[in-house]
Amino acid sequence: MSVVKFIIDGVECIAEKGEYLLQAARQNGIYIPSLCHLEGYKPRGSCRICNVKVNGRLMTACTTPVADGMDIENDTPELRDIRTAILEILFVEGNHFCPACERSGNCELQAQIYRHQIMAPRFPFQFPDRDVDASHPNILKDYNRCILCKRCIRAIKDENGKSFFAFKKRSHKVEISMDPTMKENLTEELAQRAMEVCPVGALLRKEKGYDTPIGKRKYDKQPIGSEIETAK
Amino acid sequence: MDTFVQEVLEAYQRDKTRLMDILIDIQAQFGYIPPAVVGQIAEALQVSRVDVEQTLSFYHFFSTTPRGEYAIYLNNSVVANMMGRAKIAKTFEDELGCKFGEVTPDGKVGLFETACIGMSDQEPAALINGVVFPNLTPFRVREIVRDIKAGKSPEEMLTASYGDGQNSSPLIKAVVQNHIYKKGPVLSDDYQPGEALKKIVQMTPEAVIEEVKASNLRGRGGAGFPTGLKWEFCRKFPSKQRYIFCNADEGEPGTFKDRVILTERAQLLLEGMAIAGYAVGATQGILYVRYEYKYLQKHLEEMIRIGHEKGYLGQNIGGKEGFDFDVRIQFGAGAYVCGEESALIESAEGKRGEPRDRPPFPVEKGYLDQPTVVNNVETLCSVVKIILNGGSWYRSFGTEASTGTKVLSVSGDCRYPGIYEVEWGFSVNDILDMVGADVEDVQAVQVGGPSGACIGPDEFDRILCYADLATGGSMIIFNHRRDLLREVILNFTNFFIEESCGSCVPCRMLSVIMRDKLLKILNGHGVYQDLIDLEEWGKIMKANRCGLGQTAPRPILTSLKNFRHLYEERLQDKDFDSGFDLEAAIKDACEATQRTPHLHKPERQETAYENELVGAIGDLL
Repeated sequence: MSVVKFIIDGVECIAEKGEYLLQAARQNGIYIPSLCHLEGYKPRGSCRICNVKVNGRLMTACTTPVADGMDIENDTPELRDIRTAILEILFVEGNHFCPACERSGNCELQAQIYRHQIMAPRFPFQFPDRDVDASHPNILKDYNRCILCKRCIRAIKDENGKSFFAFKKRSHKVEISMDPTMKENLTEELAQRAMEVCPVGALLRKEKGYDTPIGKRKYDKQPIGSEIETAK
Repeated sequence: MDTFVQEVLEAYQRDKTRLMDILIDIQAQFGYIPPAVVGQIAEALQVSRVDVEQTLSFYHFFSTTPRGEYAIYLNNSVVANMMGRAKIAKTFEDELGCKFGEVTPDGKVGLFETACIGMSDQEPAALINGVVFPNLTPFRVREIVRDIKAGKSPEEMLTASYGDGQNSSPLIKAVVQNHIYKKGPVLSDDYQPGEALKKIVQMTPEAVIEEVKASNLRGRGGAGFPTGLKWEFCRKFPSKQRYIFCNADEGEPGTFKDRVILTERAQLLLEGMAIAGYAVGATQGILYVRYEYKYLQKHLEEMIRIGHEKGYLGQNIGGKEGFDFDVRIQFGAGAYVCGEESALIESAEGKRGEPRDRPPFPVEKGYLDQPTVVNNVETLCSVVKIILNGGSWYRSFGTEASTGTKVLSVSGDCRYPGIYEVEWGFSVNDILDMVGADVEDVQAVQVGGPSGACIGPDEFDRILCYADLATGGSMIIFNHRRDLLREVILNFTNFFIEESCGSCVPCRMLSVIMRDKLLKILNGHGVYQDLIDLEEWGKIMKANRCGLGQTAPRPILTSLKNFRHLYEERLQDKDFDSGFDLEAAIKDACEATQRTPHLHKPERQETAYENELVGAIGDLL
């Protein structure tokens, strides 16, 4: 195992060579915000909020392996502004009504928005016309809340590695589609897993949406990322 | 239907990485990809239905609904509009009795918009079942519709002589003109196929790379990465298999030079690919050609066949034991983003054309995860001349830092739109002079297409080179009669919106929000803050993964910088305007209830109470 040294915002860090920057930073007690990242799965770098500056260049921390001597900027006004803007874009792009959402308190988008102290988005709300698909026996897809992070695409596969979810179309018209022919194969366990990997409330296991009461949910008490920062 | 689909699936060995080819063949046969066939493909390739659909739905020329026996794709680029597209579009709609995006009720004709088809020197132009119809006029459209109704094939509908050069060869038979006005090393007529191959077999691959490095050749697609260095990285990365890709997916609006090179210098290109293969140690080349140039397919296949016949391709090339190199053609299906090298590779693997994260770079992990070089058409052609004449000869062209020549595609308001191969170091003024533009009347030049820069007369002394105005070759000229913001900048911005792969958040959505802001200004609702917003929001776009996403705000940003007065003259003299149109917003509800609210109240005198209130607020402030 070879160890590399690098610097994040002036703090010296060490990690195993080849480790992705996002993980490496977290091991050193530094939180780089992320949304599309999902532990244990190939990173996709699509939400862009983990953008950091590596030797002066914007790069996504979830997809960049650490190398010896990297000089990384993470918590700077410029990067905070980019992240805040991206979160605001996600917020106006869909229909996110937190008070009525089963995921409130467990929602990573909401948690990031709190962490970044966003009061009102700078961008106009798009209020898109989006569908709710409740046709499946185990799972409910509320596309109003989807942030197109591709976590469900990457994480939910059948025993042969076939996909249940995929992107469809392109541009702002892009959407997540569920395979109609595989409905019977999406077990309760997979539905549960789909709900867990979804950072927002776009995928819900039927009849399980309100398992934990509000007030006792993950981000009700402390901001997202603080467990990494306090562990330092 | 079943047997045809089975034959297609067998032809590509049920290989899911060949999904593009499978879909292209099926679309060509049926005019669409029937839903039942999607399931059949998924089963044969052992993937989910959604996995087939994610690729299918990504590309503009694929469809799950019938596009008509005659699928008409009319270009909607800036240049097409400038050359009178509006009348053409209207004539098509009137004559056919259907709107764009629709198919006639009898299923016979489909009418669709499409982004730049690489015919900017002969616009307005359309593709009908893949056949090019350039220089359209309303008269010509009526002829075409009459012929369609008479059941003629698109080929039978052509009324002009075939174009110059290879355009009239039996394998192309296109009424497309080359419009080559200036030749240089790439386009010169003195090319003898096979000479460079004879030379390289006497050299080591390393020596070939050294020669290319010595020429200082940089990628001609626009990004300008040093070619020799790219080859060296690929060669040095340990692997048993490597690939050479030629990027002929030229989709930058206003560019058409690769069309001409593929038509007239295909042998030169194939030789360049073989040289690249020898240099990096690759035995397989893939020529990725945009779908719009499918009319060149037979011609290109024939050129590959001749290459094999003459021993420029195949086994033991040039008599050298172990120098094997073959080329296959991969067609795209309508996606600008596939011009980005990693998206191109994804597409060639049968997937959505979404750019990859880097690192790893394609030279380490590219096509099928093997080291891959992706070079532009023009780059590979230049290589042949470098090998024949030497790197130092090549350096005698151009400037010290930007060596050699650049093939420009010039279009818009000028006398001679066409192809000009010039040395790097020409100024914009030189070019305007060369192409017969009325320099006094030029309002702006778009250098490098929508992803480049929109510059005005005060910058026409700038020169084309990597340090100043780098360009993939598109030059569009606009005279003073053009409404730069509405006709050009809005069109470019819409282009980027449509062509976004949809993966990165800012590219997917912020480009739309910025376009809406531009529209707000164009519609007379703009205030000064809107300009500041556009500039600030544009900065967020650099967080996107690929070149498309990062350059998507450039039409707005460069015009804001260079033509700020065009924005400012449209602003209102007030601090705030939401841009919200109440009347439009409640129109449907009003119609449904048949009630007309009084939105614009007549002028009236303030009441005494109101005056008192205003006074009181004034005191507080």
